[in-house]
Amino acid sequence: MQTRSFGWNDEKVESAVGVLLQVGVFASGAVVLAGGILYLALFGDSRPDYHDFVGESAGLRSFHAVLRGVSHFDSQAIIQLGLLLLIATPVVRVIFSLVAFWLQRDRIYVIFTSIVLAILLYSLLGGVR
Amino acid sequence: MTNLLLVLLIWMGSLCGGLIGALTGLGGGVVIVPLLVLVFGVDIRYAMGASLISVIATSSGAAAAYVKEGFSNIRIGMFLEIATTIGALLGASLAVRLPTVLIGGIFGGVLVVSALLSLRGPGDPPGNEPPDPLATRLKMDSTYPSLTGIKAYHVRRIPSGFGMMFGAGTLSGLLGIGSGAFKVLAMDQVMRIPFKVSTTTSNFMIGVTAAASAGIYLRRGFIAPGLAMPVVLGVIIGSIIGTRVLVKTKTKWLRIVFSFVIAILGMEMIYGAFTGKL
Repeated sequence: MQTRSFGWNDEKVESAVGVLLQVGVFASGAVVLAGGILYLALFGDSRPDYHDFVGESAGLRSFHAVLRGVSHFDSQAIIQLGLLLLIATPVVRVIFSLVAFWLQRDRIYVIFTSIVLAILLYSLLGGVR
Repeated sequence: MTNLLLVLLIWMGSLCGGLIGALTGLGGGVVIVPLLVLVFGVDIRYAMGASLISVIATSSGAAAAYVKEGFSNIRIGMFLEIATTIGALLGASLAVRLPTVLIGGIFGGVLVVSALLSLRGPGDPPGNEPPDPLATRLKMDSTYPSLTGIKAYHVRRIPSGFGMMFGAGTLSGLLGIGSGAFKVLAMDQVMRIPFKVSTTTSNFMIGVTAAASAGIYLRRGFIAPGLAMPVVLGVIIGSIIGTRVLVKTKTKWLRIVFSFVIAILGMEMIYGAFTGKL
């Protein structure tokens, strides 16, 4: 058995992570729902075209642009913010696991978790096109 | 069709997808993309964007319930996520470059293969195999609650499993799915991890894998809020219902029924790709 300090064991870590994820999903879901209601109130009668791909507008493609849209109460930007929060939930989970493994002094899993986190941040912060 | 009606219909379809995804541990993505493409005539790239986000919702939303049941193994998951996230980056980079007809065809093929894999059913139940030295060193061996009490299991063939996970991650990024079928295959059949531990750990992993592709999808404009909104809200509710009944459900019948559904959807996708409808 490996040494475990600060009273953290796998079970405790996992259940904390699980609750954290669920809170994240509910919070993002609430933001998506709020944006969605506003969006349907404004554009419920329009006929959207998803058949031909043009790609979303630049205002919905990056974190900064989405925040700018949200500050103008742009309904699509609010939905997009909720989606970004949702994308963040697994990332937060990995960060939380990293801290937990570090507290357990579990060096090999600290390394594994750091690699996963580095890959996620590299992708999300724009390393890959 | 007006936006309001479209949103409501997609929401209902996604709720069913999320429910099935959580029940089988295969994620909602495999149903969401064919639903949007074949039924609603959505471009496959928008469908993949919405699906990828829904995969994260399924995964994160169901995690708390799974953890409480004591099935998932965070160490196995974290180790294998190294392979799935690198694969996802490769897959998403391919997804933004390949023609949609090719992606649609691959998607169909993957669905058919997933269905066949599920139909094979679980292999021999893990017996009293000796512990694998590598698994022991990586502290992967664990226990899980079964009908006959707490059962121990030993993880086998880690390098093969790791390689398969790279492939699963690539498919996830390429197609906007969780590729849970392949993750479960790698853990259940190759690494000899008990089926329920495999499905729940897979569920845990698909969110992290999908997040690795999400940044690329977002920058390429794959994520349409008006479309992703009903998909995500449907899938969240569906997966919550799904995890509530997971422990009580017999996985065998579920797999068989679901296999037929995804096989038919897969053949439809291949047909659509050949006839240029995608």
